[in-house]
Amino acid sequence: MSGTFVGMPSFPEAAHAAVGNKTLRGNLRHATHTIRAKRAKAVAEVSDWAQLREAGRQIKDHTLRHLDRYLVQLEDAVTAAGGTVHWAADADEANRIVTGLVKATGESEVVKVKSMATQEIGLNEALEAEGIRAYETDLAELIVQLGKDRPSHILVPAIHRNRGEIRDIFRSEMGEWGRPAPDGLTDTPAELAEAARLHLREKFLRAKVGISGANFMVAETGTLVVVESEGNGRMCLTLPETLISVVGIEKIVPTWRDLEVFLQTLPRSSTAERMNPYTSMWTGTTDAGTADGPRAFHLVLLDNGRTDTLADQVGRQALRCIRCSACLNVCPVYERAGGHAYGSVYPGPIGAILSPQLRGTESEIDASLPYASSLCGACYEVCPVAIDIPEVLVHLRERVVEGGTVTRAGNKVVLKPAKGHAAERAAMRAARWVFGHPGALRSGQRLASRSRRFLPRTLPGPGRAWSASRDLPAVPAEPFRDWWQRTHGGQEAR
Amino acid sequence: MSSRDLVLGRVRRALADTGRDDTPYEQAMSRAYLRRHGDRTVEETVDLLAENLADYRAVVHRSDAEHLPAVLARLLTARGAHRVAVPQGLPAGWLSDVEQVPDRAESTPYELDRVDSVVTGCAVAIAETGTIVLDGSPDQGRRRITLVPDHHICVVRVPGQVVSSVPEALERLDPARPLTWISGPSATSDIELDRVEGVHGPRTLEVVLVSEE
Repeated sequence: MSGTFVGMPSFPEAAHAAVGNKTLRGNLRHATHTIRAKRAKAVAEVSDWAQLREAGRQIKDHTLRHLDRYLVQLEDAVTAAGGTVHWAADADEANRIVTGLVKATGESEVVKVKSMATQEIGLNEALEAEGIRAYETDLAELIVQLGKDRPSHILVPAIHRNRGEIRDIFRSEMGEWGRPAPDGLTDTPAELAEAARLHLREKFLRAKVGISGANFMVAETGTLVVVESEGNGRMCLTLPETLISVVGIEKIVPTWRDLEVFLQTLPRSSTAERMNPYTSMWTGTTDAGTADGPRAFHLVLLDNGRTDTLADQVGRQALRCIRCSACLNVCPVYERAGGHAYGSVYPGPIGAILSPQLRGTESEIDASLPYASSLCGACYEVCPVAIDIPEVLVHLRERVVEGGTVTRAGNKVVLKPAKGHAAERAAMRAARWVFGHPGALRSGQRLASRSRRFLPRTLPGPGRAWSASRDLPAVPAEPFRDWWQRTHGGQEAR
Repeated sequence: MSSRDLVLGRVRRALADTGRDDTPYEQAMSRAYLRRHGDRTVEETVDLLAENLADYRAVVHRSDAEHLPAVLARLLTARGAHRVAVPQGLPAGWLSDVEQVPDRAESTPYELDRVDSVVTGCAVAIAETGTIVLDGSPDQGRRRITLVPDHHICVVRVPGQVVSSVPEALERLDPARPLTWISGPSATSDIELDRVEGVHGPRTLEVVLVSEE
């Protein structure tokens, strides 16, 4: 995925540094707790939430199951409406296509709507390398771009920054990119929003090329949908002459009617609103008579690991994700470690199952992500498309430890068991043997009970790290099974 | 092999375990959710629309056909608006005594940026979510005229243009048209996940609910 995250340390290492940062923890705690309470209220307003969630799950599952058919249907509909469809097997190909399209317009700058797909492929860096400047226009993306920072949340990439930090970034960096921050800028959110409005307006008005993602693509009509709040999306989607949308192939829904489900569940799950301020829907281009919006529309359909994810019978449910970020906001691990520790544009619980599937589990960070969870299940509870994130996490842990057959770039490959888990595998093998030999188990348990006063309080060897922060369970004076036999299941004690 | 064939081939191989399922789509889906939340009279639905619009900081006014021009004139005067963008099909007689800037294909974003306000109709309004939807019809114009000016006055005919819910709204809309769903003025939650009104779109949204006789 994005070059920004190459060479990330494993999750425990990155998280260890993050939890020591008091400002970060304060910022995250404040933001996630604010949104958590609001989301619960917004969801409680609709009595049929469970049915909407189930319908969302079914629509997405059905679409994935027939994805080839719906992709072709979408391509036909977009083409018929005057758009041009491009296919990109991976990030490099998508970047080449977009760069080529921008160059063909003769422009050297573009305005961008916040888009996870273009972050995933590192589009801004690819454009930069070709001399094209990409301006992020979402407020949080602007904060990240000006601060030469990395995103740490799906919905609010600058969630790790508080208002004071944002003011400082605006004051010192805005001048480099265009109109400087107003004199005497304070840290009130309204003033910060005003500063962003002034800074970006000149860019919107002169922009000739806009780049976006999409929240949904309707196969039967060829309609694309962008859900947003600030109006920066509307600016990028309507003012430029050329619009290029880079969208993951899993963002399809079959019918127009399907939007009635997601337009109810997405705003409530992400910003905890009944409805977000702005939603734009467009189908190809308008004719010369109407002349509303871009004259040229390009849709780049992105694979980049999605078909590999689709090949995994347990893991494919991650492709239902509508990027609401409700799972991040409720996650106790995310709240403490922050988004950067996940080493991906997709942080939090959904990132922990998405990144290792899109990128594979070969790197240190990706092999560690399935462990970045206490398996508490809060993410599953709030997910508006019912992705069983704990189930996929356990499945991916098994893949890391045991290895096995997976699909990478469309080809089946056999993964070797991960090196770091040799002790765990040895322990599990030993346990399997012991549980298969009741005599050995009984002798071992009796020996442990009799010698319990002499047992160490910490584990030796590789187990030391585990017992350094945990108490070992106390060994009882008598093994359970001996007690059961002696007392006939406790009946004699009554 | 083209990337199109490559990706479609990967999809088909990835789905090899699923087998064919030819159940028609609508039969395969369970749509057990509600068409609307609660039963309301027509008046109650309009009241709910007004309440939810106001909850997200839109300014709501009520009027009837006869008094609408006066209401619009009052709102524009209060705003100090001199130049007002108007869609080509805005009903005659709604506006007077202001400089009207017609929505033209040739006008540039810079020209629109010098306009004070915009007055439009709408396609449909959704009570449960406090949303108005524009579809580019003659009384609404191109999307950009309701985007660049900082003040938008939207006229909703009640109860004719009001529906209860999102499912009812989608039924009325034509996906072939460019659609803009608006719920309150432009806002952001990007600073500490707290909502602040007023970023790039119109920072003031006024909605006039005009009763039809």
